[in-house]
Amino acid sequence: MEQQYIDLYKQHHESIKKHSAAVMNELRDAAFALFEELHFPTIELENYKYTDLTSALSVDYGLNINRIPMPVNPYEVFTCDVPGIHSYLYFVVNDAFYPVNDIRNKTLPEGVIIGSLNQIAESHPELVKQYFGKLTSNKNDGLIAFNGAFAQDGFFMYVPKNVVLDKPVQLVNIMRSDVDSMANSHNLIILEEGSKAQLLVCDHTVDEVRFLSNRVTEVFVGQNAIYEHYKLENTHTKTTNLSTLLIDQQESSNVLANVITLHNGQTRNTIEIDLDGENCESLLCGMVIADKNQLVDNFTSIIHNKPNCQSRELFKYVLDDSSKGGFTGKLFVAKDAQKTAAFQTNRNILLSKTAKMRTKPQLEIYADDVKCSHGATIGSLDESAKFYMQSRGISENEARLLLMFAFTNDVIENIRIPALQDRIKMLVEKRLRGELSKCEGCVICQ
Amino acid sequence: MSTNIIDQLTQTDYKYGFSTDIETDIIPIGLSEEVVRIISEKKNEPEWMLDFRLKAYHHWLTMKMPSWAHLNIPDIDFQSIAYYAAPRKNAPQSLDEVDPELLKTFNKLGISMEEQKMLSGVAVDVVMDSVSVKTTFKESLAEMGIIFCSFSEAVEHHPDLVQKYMGSVVPYADNFFATLNCAVFSDGSFVYIPKGVRCPMELSTYFRINAINTGQFERTLIVADEDSYVSYLEGCTAPMRDENQLHAAIVEIVVMKNAEVKYSTVQNWYPGDKNGVGGIYNFVTKRGICKGDNSKLSWTQVETGSAITWKYPSCILLGDNSSAEFYSVAVTNHHQQADTGTKMLHIGKNTSSHILSKGISAGQSQNSYRGLVRINPKAENARNFSQCDSLLLGDKCGAHTFPYMEVNNDSAIVEHEATTSKINEDQIFYCNQRGLSTETAVGLIVNGYAKDVLNQLPMEFAVEAQKLLQITLEGSVG
Repeated sequence: MEQQYIDLYKQHHESIKKHSAAVMNELRDAAFALFEELHFPTIELENYKYTDLTSALSVDYGLNINRIPMPVNPYEVFTCDVPGIHSYLYFVVNDAFYPVNDIRNKTLPEGVIIGSLNQIAESHPELVKQYFGKLTSNKNDGLIAFNGAFAQDGFFMYVPKNVVLDKPVQLVNIMRSDVDSMANSHNLIILEEGSKAQLLVCDHTVDEVRFLSNRVTEVFVGQNAIYEHYKLENTHTKTTNLSTLLIDQQESSNVLANVITLHNGQTRNTIEIDLDGENCESLLCGMVIADKNQLVDNFTSIIHNKPNCQSRELFKYVLDDSSKGGFTGKLFVAKDAQKTAAFQTNRNILLSKTAKMRTKPQLEIYADDVKCSHGATIGSLDESAKFYMQSRGISENEARLLLMFAFTNDVIENIRIPALQDRIKMLVEKRLRGELSKCEGCVICQ
Repeated sequence: MSTNIIDQLTQTDYKYGFSTDIETDIIPIGLSEEVVRIISEKKNEPEWMLDFRLKAYHHWLTMKMPSWAHLNIPDIDFQSIAYYAAPRKNAPQSLDEVDPELLKTFNKLGISMEEQKMLSGVAVDVVMDSVSVKTTFKESLAEMGIIFCSFSEAVEHHPDLVQKYMGSVVPYADNFFATLNCAVFSDGSFVYIPKGVRCPMELSTYFRINAINTGQFERTLIVADEDSYVSYLEGCTAPMRDENQLHAAIVEIVVMKNAEVKYSTVQNWYPGDKNGVGGIYNFVTKRGICKGDNSKLSWTQVETGSAITWKYPSCILLGDNSSAEFYSVAVTNHHQQADTGTKMLHIGKNTSSHILSKGISAGQSQNSYRGLVRINPKAENARNFSQCDSLLLGDKCGAHTFPYMEVNNDSAIVEHEATTSKINEDQIFYCNQRGLSTETAVGLIVNGYAKDVLNQLPMEFAVEAQKLLQITLEGSVG
């Protein structure tokens, strides 16, 4: 399976490098060597126990090594933005940053740089070099290594010291192709001391072909900085979405990451938050609604390296039909990370006989003055609650919906952008009513 | 709490460390087909037993030592271990004939056999190294049809039962250490409770490791036929040793319709000295099957010893309405490492399981809970509740939890919760205020913490368990 990509790289690494910045190429050969050694992860690996990539990788995907621009009007594809959100709007089509001349983006505060990673790596090599690959370098992961070898572009955001972005930044990843295709992109997000930014990442697919996206996002959150990361996936069932989010937090920073999978094919989210300064606070939450044969595996780690940090994690799954959910929540407290408070909750509802859930909360603690806990439950809807509502004249179907909606609501309530919160509430409700599944192929609601 | 006390306490040595001079009959070290044949021959085993051993041995050659556990296991040279040791003297008929050295050993441990025979009515099947030396109360049990004997006796006298059940719960190819055990197991205990019999006394075996460089490969098989009940106790203390000893045992339990088995164990193999030198490697495969409807299996374990513990007593809930319990206290101190937990495999309808695990780590030890709860697609209305708590004493130790939950049926309710924390300063302060020393306070708090599990132990065992817990904990409080 990996051999065709190994051959591809050996034959075409010159042209891969020709179309990408020197800063990115520096790490490319090393990443490839690592991939040659590790190959694609299999379920034999403990970390990929719940993600079987065999069938997804057996497809013959096309790769756009020579950077041929994809003819697409992202505005046509992306007709519904979040009403009332007023964001800075950017697009990545397949694996390339798609330049648009949006009037909304003219008002970016001074010093903020947002754009194509490849271009900015050319124009600001020093800035990119300082951060690029710093979080991926020590990861022994086949997918990250593969991304390092093949990714040529991605989204870049730099927020300088003490700059507060007044509006959220919206990044829309669009998969658009006439043939089965694969996209590898690398996003780099840098928040300097005291800055604040909100990023909303939306994953969408357009065409009815098989897609595989392998995206790595590195986020550096400086001292006292505040960062919010929302990821909303709404793709079709032929999509394989492999996404890695690596966040590094410095002293007294605050991070919220919210990963919502509404509709997808096969999804694997690897999320790692490293708390590398004291007094950090992080909140990681996520939600999955899956039916048909969808697969969602969220693999999360929160690494407490420094004392006096707080972390909370909340993941909720609603699984119907023959869908399969996987959750791993690793909580690591290093030897000197005293006074750590870390709490994790994972709750799952199975709606059908054939839905499957695998959960693996995991605590690894090497410090003694800590308060850590995790809880996980798997069950079905509360019959007595349903009966209570039915006895008060609410139809069974409506009662079911109310319960499911209440179940997912505490994840939605962690969203700190009110307009987005309303929007996701609406999308979740539609999703739970089964309305979204109806328009497959065009999952973007009309 | 002052670091003084911590230091002072964490220096406590292994109090049950001593070694008895009993001549042992050791075959050459190393493992080969020849050695497997010699072991079988020495034990006068029938052909089918030898075949079983050889099949396991050949399979073992194709296996690799597992590395997934959260343990740092030094390389084990399986060719430098002696695979068989038996006391030279012939099996005695009464206490008088038992080697006085052996009796002395038990007296030092505070488990006088006479006393036990008289006061507690416990039939003790003593395993001194590899061959059962003495079996008590056999006759009175035999009257009820209960078979309680050494494994070799069972092979000789009850080959049909052994052939039927041996390997039915833990197959010979199950895992690296179980397969090794199948090839070279020396002896162990065999229990059969016939239909409708409620075993009137608690059956007990004291395992001991006693010869230098002798891996101990015990094998226990418990079969509880329909409507029967038995409570089985296994306990062990081991003498001080400088070289690591390998212990790879198998325990198989078969519970038939409406039967109940309660298996309790206190494990106190030599954990190595305070620098982490020596100590037993304990790689045990324990598994029970609730084969019939309404059957019940309960595991209770108190783990205080061993340099490395790798142990997951499991239950296969095959019968409808069957239930299983797992209660565990695992204490690690100094450089001990433990990776222990349970597996609950729900297959039948309306099955339930309960897991309660309490880990206490001190010194520079690493203590992990690893558990699996799997609900099969046809296991309607399965119920599981798991609770895993860890207590940290000292800032150099680690406590880890690795629970796996795999649910394939929507009618199942599976819950898991885990907490990790250190002893609450407020609680210690409260005790101090009332005139209790910090040491006593910590002892009290820890005892209270483990109480839920200790309460599950049978009376006779609870005393010893508390004693062991105290000894291990006294040296770890901080």
